[in-house]
Parts: sequence; C-alpha cells; structure tokens
Amino acid sequence: MKLIVAMIQPHKLPDVKQALFDAEIYKMTVTNALGCGQQRGFTEAYRGVIHTVNLLKKVRVEVAVNEEFVEPTIAAITKGARTGNIGDGKIFILDLPECIRIRTGERGFEAIG
Amino acid sequence: MLKKVLTNPSRLTLQIFVGLAFFAQANAATGDEAMFVVNNTWMMVATLLVFIMHLGFASLESGLTRSKNTVNILFKNTMIISIGLLTYAICGFNLMYPGEAWIFGKWFGFGGWGITAPEGAAGLIGYANGAYSYWTDFLFQGMFAATGATIISGAVAGRIKLRSFLLFSTVFVGVLYPFVGSWKWGAGWLDQMGFYDFAGSTLVHSVGGWGALAGALLLGPRIGKYAGGEVNVLRGSSMPLATIGVFLLWLGWFGFNGGSVLSADPGAVSFTLVTTCLAAAAGILGAYFVSEWVQKQPDLSMVLNGALAGLVGITAGADTVSVLSAVIIGLVAGGLVVLSVIFIDSKLRIDDPVGAISVHLVCGIWGTLAVGIFSTNSAHSFATQLTGVAAYGLVVFPVALILFYLLKISLGIRVSADDETKGLDLSEHGMEAYGGFQVFSDS
Repeated sequence: MKLIVAMIQPHKLPDVKQALFDAEIYKMTVTNALGCGQQRGFTEAYRGVIHTVNLLKKVRVEVAVNEEFVEPTIAAITKGARTGNIGDGKIFILDLPECIRIRTGERGFEAIG
Repeated sequence: MLKKVLTNPSRLTLQIFVGLAFFAQANAATGDEAMFVVNNTWMMVATLLVFIMHLGFASLESGLTRSKNTVNILFKNTMIISIGLLTYAICGFNLMYPGEAWIFGKWFGFGGWGITAPEGAAGLIGYANGAYSYWTDFLFQGMFAATGATIISGAVAGRIKLRSFLLFSTVFVGVLYPFVGSWKWGAGWLDQMGFYDFAGSTLVHSVGGWGALAGALLLGPRIGKYAGGEVNVLRGSSMPLATIGVFLLWLGWFGFNGGSVLSADPGAVSFTLVTTCLAAAAGILGAYFVSEWVQKQPDLSMVLNGALAGLVGITAGADTVSVLSAVIIGLVAGGLVVLSVIFIDSKLRIDDPVGAISVHLVCGIWGTLAVGIFSTNSAHSFATQLTGVAAYGLVVFPVALILFYLLKISLGIRVSADDETKGLDLSEHGMEAYGGFQVFSDS
C-alpha cells in the first residue's frame, strides 16, 4: 500500500479531481498548504511597496492506494495538474505499512478500498 | 410630553432642530425658512442613506463571488462611486434635468457643463419650492446615478477586464443613464405621457439590469460554470458578508424611497417607508416559499435576493400603492426573483454571479408594471407603464450591447483563461484580498 502525496497549483484542483474520478479513484484528502520550489516565490505590490512572497498557495492532495493503483493515480494527477509551466508541483510516494477503516476495524487491502 | 420627547433620540433631535429653526424664525423671514431647513435636512440624510448602498453592494458582491476576485470586485465598486459622482457633476445632472434646455423634442436636452447653483435664493429656498437646495438636489440624484452603475459590476464579476469595465461604466453612467432618465424625471416625453416611476424601478434598476444583461451575454460565463454541459456551482466566499450587504442595501432604501418624496412631508415619507419595508419583508417571504418549493431547502442567498427583489419591486410605486398592494408586490417579486435566477442560470445559461439581472431587471420591470395594476392614482395606467418599460428596454439594451461589443473588438472585455483561473486579484491587481493564508480556492 502506498500513500501518494501531491502538491499542486490550487486552481488545478478541479482538473486533478476530475482526472482521479475518471480513473475511478474517488477517495482522497485535500488540504491547503503554503510552499515554494526552486523559484523561491514571486513579487507582489502592496500600497506602493514591492515585496517578495516566497510561500505561495498550494493544494495538497493525498490518496492512499493499493499497489495496482499507484501508477494510474500518478498518471491521473499528472494529467490534471500539468500545465507545462513552472509551479506545476510534485508528487511524493510514501510507503504505507498499515491502513485501518475506523467504522468496521478492517485492515489492509479491504480498508484501502 | 417631556417623557415622550426624551425616549426617542431621533425625534428629540428633530424636535430640537425644529425648535431651533422656529426660534430662528423670529429673525428669519417666514415659517417657510424653517420648513426649508427641515426638508433639506431630511433630503441630505436621504442622500447619505443612498450612499450607504455602496457599502451594501460592495459587501454583497464580495460575499457572493469567489475570494480570488474580491479585490477586483471592491476595486470596481470603489471606482464606480468616483466615476458616477464626477460624471454627474460634469454633465450627468444637466443631461438628466435639462430644465428649459431641451434640444430635441422632449427626448434629449442638456443644461450645460458643470454644476453651478442658480444665483441667490433661487439656488436655496426658491429652488424646489423650499424642499431642498440646488446642491442637495445634485448630490441626492448623483448618488442614484452611482447606484445604477454599480448594478452591472456584479453580473460581470470574475471575468471582465478592468479597464473595459471602467470605460463602459463611464459612458453608461455619464451619458446613457442621465439621457434616458430625463425622459421621466427630467420632465421629458414619458413624464408628459403619464408614465410613473417614483424612485427608479425602471430608471435606475432596470437600466442597470439591461446593462448587466448585455455585459453577461457578451462576456460569456465564467470558466467552469457550464463545463461538461452541466450547470455548476461557483460558490460565494462569504454568506455573512452577503447578508450584511443586503441589510445595508435595505437601510439605504430608506433614503432611496424615503428621499424620493423630495421633501420631509411627514405623511408621504412615513407612508413610503412603510410600503418599502413591508415590500422587503414580503419579498423575503415570497422568496422563501418559492425556493423551498423549488429547491426543497431553505436557501439563504435566495431569501437575501428576495428582500432586494421586494425593494426593487416597490421602488416604482412606494408612494402610490396601498399597504396591501405593497405586500403583494413584494411577495410576487420575491417569488419572481427565485424563478428568474434559476431560469437565467439553468435554462438560458447566462452566468450572473450575484443575480443582478433577476433582482434589478426582472423585478424592476415587475415593479414598474405593478404601478399600472395597483396604483391608487387613476392617472396611472398599465399601458403607459408598459410603454415606459419598452422604451427603456429598446434603447438601453441595444446601446449597452453596442458599447460592450465595441470594447470587445477593440480592447477586449474578457481576461485570459489563465488570468481568470489564477483570480483577477492576482492577475489584474497584483494583490490578494485575504493576505496570507486563504481558505479553499475552488472545490
């Protein structure tokens, strides 16, 4: 089992969600995040002063999957989030040793769904 | 007697004022002077109440649109009051009230550039039979012009190019609004015909509504609104702000309708305020029942629109319909706005983020026609009201379409897809409304 964590542009979230749904991956957790990559932010103006904002808004999508869904999930997220521009984001794959469904107590393969 | 005076602060103020005014009477020419002061004071209060509507619009529009566009919406609202008042001073006031300076029949007149009070008493007590001064007249009417212009900003929210919007608004409020307004309030041909629009259901609300419709049509919907052939929800960012906005607008209507009596006549003003408030209350109820029936759940944004619908609906005839009629007009307007919002959004597929077309155009027309149905004044007829509605529609809508179209082919009226998804705050303004961390961008 793997936990797939993706940092994407906030405005690409609808596309990523749709791509995941199309690949029949319906379970996910989405959170707001601030972050930056290689570009170290952008400049913004406020009341005549230009300042550098280096933590940009991002959205973090987490999907826990069985092995056979890892590549489809990566493909779906990439398809939804890729624009070709800097700032598209990153996907991390974490090993997931155990998964429990709270309601029933199921573990492992059944719990992931 | 003293207890009665002391328990009501505003009455106390008025009574002190009237008392002082009458004291001054001993030195002033006549009791007319005192009445002039009282009338003018009320009209100035009404002016500031109409001004409060800008707070209302700003809040309502911010609440019903997404937070990535909030700076843009607020910027447009701020510019509109500036453009509205300044163009009204430059030419609008004299286009709307040409006085004797008609040029082309009773269709078009122009009283000259700039605002200059008539000499001496003619600009003061002699100006409107002692009801208000020239300056009060200008500012009160100027506030109306500005509110008419800001109706459009809600319907075009989220995708219009800022400069195109500002250019459109300048022509719209500087020339079109006062020009067509002169037909009725400037004693033009519609006024001669017997058309009646007490405080502007047609002149302000439907004129703004036609502009909103033209804009929404030529702009097209926001990205994602009708994606995949479905009608999608692009949720507003703050229901509390939207609610505050509606209540501020209602507060402003005390001046909008109450001041349109054009004096402090106790009977007329107090009656008008009653019909206004009862229509708003009925509008909420009408919207509640219809939205429960259609949507099967109580929708806050619908009852908020319902309050506004009732207010817009009563605006044409607040002083000339009975209390019961006011309630009926409000109820119908409330139900109408719900059905209209759903129809325009789902059937016609015209994207109107705040329901401006439904509230102002549809209910503005209803309110105007309702005068023909419910007015206690036999001089008002449905036919004349219909003529007025048609006249405004046939001129304002095409002109607004042409204006938007000319802007579309020259400067362009819509931001790029990338700018729109990033949000107009960042792309047009380079700043954010909610600096730092922001709750969900889109779901």
